[in-house]
Amino acid sequence: MTNSFAEFQNAKMFMVIGSNMTEAHPVASTFLKNAVMNGAKLILVDPRRQPLADFADLFVQIKVGSDIAFLNALMNVLITEDLYDKKFVQSCTTGFDELKAKVMAYPPEKVSDICGVSPEKIRETARLLASVKPCMLCYTLGITEHTCGKNNVMSTANLQMLLGNMGVESGGVNPLRGQNNVQGACDMGALPNVFPGYQQVANPEARAKFEKAWGVTGLPDKPGLMIPQMMEGLASGKVRALWIFGENLANTEPDIAKVEHELASAEFLVCNDIFPTETTRFAHVIFPAAAWSEDDGTITSSERRVNRIRKVSDAPGQAKPNWWIFKQIAKRFGHEWTSNSGQEIWDNEVSVLAPSLAGIKYHRIENDGLQWPCPNEEHPGTAFLHREGKFTCGLGVFNAVDWTPPAEVPDDQYPFVLSTGRRLYHYHTRTQTSRAGMDVILPEETADISPHDAKSRDIADGDYVRVWSRRGEVVVKARLTEQVPPGMVWMAFHFREGNANWLTNPAFDPVTQTAEYKACAVNLEKKV
Amino acid sequence: MDSFTLTLNGKQVEFEPGQTILTVAENNGVRIPTLCHLKGCTPTGACRICLVEVAGARSLVASCSTPAEKGMVVETETDRVHRTRKLTTEFLMASGKHDCITCERSGACTLQDLAYRYGIDKVRFETATRPYENEDANPFIIRDFTRCILCGRCVQACQEVQVNRAISFGYRGPHAKIIAGVDVPYHESDCVFCGQCLQACPVGALVEKKARFAGREKDVEKVRTTCPYCGVGCQLDLHVRDKRIVKVSAVEDAAPNKGRLCVKGRFGYDFIYSKDRLTTPLIKENGEFREASWDEALDLVAAKFKEIIAKHGSDAVAGVSCARSINEDSYQMQKLFRAVFKSNNIDHCART
Repeated sequence: MTNSFAEFQNAKMFMVIGSNMTEAHPVASTFLKNAVMNGAKLILVDPRRQPLADFADLFVQIKVGSDIAFLNALMNVLITEDLYDKKFVQSCTTGFDELKAKVMAYPPEKVSDICGVSPEKIRETARLLASVKPCMLCYTLGITEHTCGKNNVMSTANLQMLLGNMGVESGGVNPLRGQNNVQGACDMGALPNVFPGYQQVANPEARAKFEKAWGVTGLPDKPGLMIPQMMEGLASGKVRALWIFGENLANTEPDIAKVEHELASAEFLVCNDIFPTETTRFAHVIFPAAAWSEDDGTITSSERRVNRIRKVSDAPGQAKPNWWIFKQIAKRFGHEWTSNSGQEIWDNEVSVLAPSLAGIKYHRIENDGLQWPCPNEEHPGTAFLHREGKFTCGLGVFNAVDWTPPAEVPDDQYPFVLSTGRRLYHYHTRTQTSRAGMDVILPEETADISPHDAKSRDIADGDYVRVWSRRGEVVVKARLTEQVPPGMVWMAFHFREGNANWLTNPAFDPVTQTAEYKACAVNLEKKV
Repeated sequence: MDSFTLTLNGKQVEFEPGQTILTVAENNGVRIPTLCHLKGCTPTGACRICLVEVAGARSLVASCSTPAEKGMVVETETDRVHRTRKLTTEFLMASGKHDCITCERSGACTLQDLAYRYGIDKVRFETATRPYENEDANPFIIRDFTRCILCGRCVQACQEVQVNRAISFGYRGPHAKIIAGVDVPYHESDCVFCGQCLQACPVGALVEKKARFAGREKDVEKVRTTCPYCGVGCQLDLHVRDKRIVKVSAVEDAAPNKGRLCVKGRFGYDFIYSKDRLTTPLIKENGEFREASWDEALDLVAAKFKEIIAKHGSDAVAGVSCARSINEDSYQMQKLFRAVFKSNNIDHCART
């Protein structure tokens, strides 16, 4: 997030796109609802009539995967009607002419068919957006989990720069992160192209810095593989050994049948985990790991805030902290690592090596955490980025992009679009929530369908239905809900039985390698 | 006169227009007891515990809902104030079953504190019988209507703090009750089990089912930590007894959640105690896992990685880190892959 949760309360306007906040980030949504109750405007853009729609001044129900067309049309109106922030565009950005040329090809009349929203409503949305400043734009995986995910993200940034909503309190582009430490894992360099603190592995100076710090030579300069490439590498033999730490790829990746074939192809598979999972079945060695509250450390939230995790008890049996496990392997390769606790790793290595984290030390985050960038120990942390329109690389760059449809769209054989997401009572593949009593409230997966489609197929609420795609099929109960528009099936990936990923399409954004979980084509029928 | 001042217990104090007497008192270190007042919410003035004496006013006024005015003379601890607070407390004590022996909230109960503060060792009124059965049909929260004092804090927590709009006041007079929906159990209503009502309840009317008889305020140590679920980073107080988490509450006034949680943050903590936990290294042999020592398992993994790197190069190994575990674990794993294995094949579910 460029901005912070605390800024929700004073926000004057929100645009929420592709974010089912009340279920996926419930506490964040309470601050948004508070602001709306106090008069802030809310524009909700979502294919589903999700719970925030009840709070929205304007609910724009776009078709799945039409985000860029819609956002370009908004920018078309803002430019055509002269409603954009000329001062911000002139002084803080570059690439406006290219953006203008691009979005001129997206007039509301043309886009209306693509996104299923009337030209009048598109214009109304643009005018409402321009009428209040600043506006906080929030998105989640509805934006990123598409083959055009990167371009979707670019489009949200284009819109906010055009409106001059960057670099200000209660503005910005705010992706809400789905997992407690997905931000931190990125910050730590658990990515194929960067060291901790986003220092590029391709940069010789960065490599020299880390070689010195780690006492090694020859750090590799070529960015490595991303998860989907690793998985395909297992099947092709390019990747021989895979180490999976605390991920249940067998349930979370698209096209489970394909993923399981890939996992089974591994010459050697190691897992660190706290439970046996569908993924650890394929392991050759499983290391039992310490869980949350069994180790001291830090995690970093969506708002870039580094918070403490504290130990309450030892891990059960012989289970050990993960950092200890990695250290023991390093030792067997002849590397003696000195840090011997979460605090030593953070204070003596991470915060020394990552400039944006340099001012964050354990003693400073005993209570509330600190938000990076925090370059020195006197720095109070940074609530919002790009203050006064100053971007990291100087000017904010407009990246004009074209709309592209999802890789797989409904046809005669598969007439429904399947979109997926998370439900309130469960978390991912339920390794945690199923063991914390949540199954009582949500005991099984359902296929959420519109009453309209249910009627035409003679399906009643609670009937078992068969849902199938080109990859596989599941049998689940139907849940009839007005949240879902006709033509859509909506499912989650919490349960092994009826997991949406038996059906989802392993098509990926070419740059980010993010799978198109939000759109594939399926058919369904009542199970007799 | 430009500045806004009033007299509080004989002392001149300044205030901002719009502030209540209660806020002015708090800002000046004067503690007025409250019961129904829920910080940040619309004052209701319902419980009459925060009454104070204002010179010239016909009756005592509720400090939580009375705006401060220029020149006001306020006394917070007069005999008349004490007598009234004591009487109100007695009425509340007679309103239901307020025996503390096995009450979960004993030691952290506002009514108990008031009774003690005003020295009520005997209630002069007959105890009313509440016509409602406890609700323990829902999975997480026990609703004990005999202990409910109808202060309405839970309603405000639901309506104004979380804006889930699941509970409200129902019925009238002696039949008054906090109801969910059209008076159905929580799990049949719009309740999403955020448990903000629990966090707001000043007595033992709402208690965590999982925490029942597991340890009260005096038995536990509170350990602050961060929620293990989504990316908001809510701050939790773990209530720990004998190195075991028995309950979770939200840290009030902490960034970012300001005393709020959701169902997973509040009730989803005990997965770590599951009997399914992996407790020993496992090595697969002939298709079956067998238990192994750390040394054996670590040696095997090191040997296999050495062998594969020697045979196929560093790019033949790859690692997926965890987006739920601590930063230090991810740092360590990427360091292992880069510095030891000489591979940048390290990723995690960053984009999903």
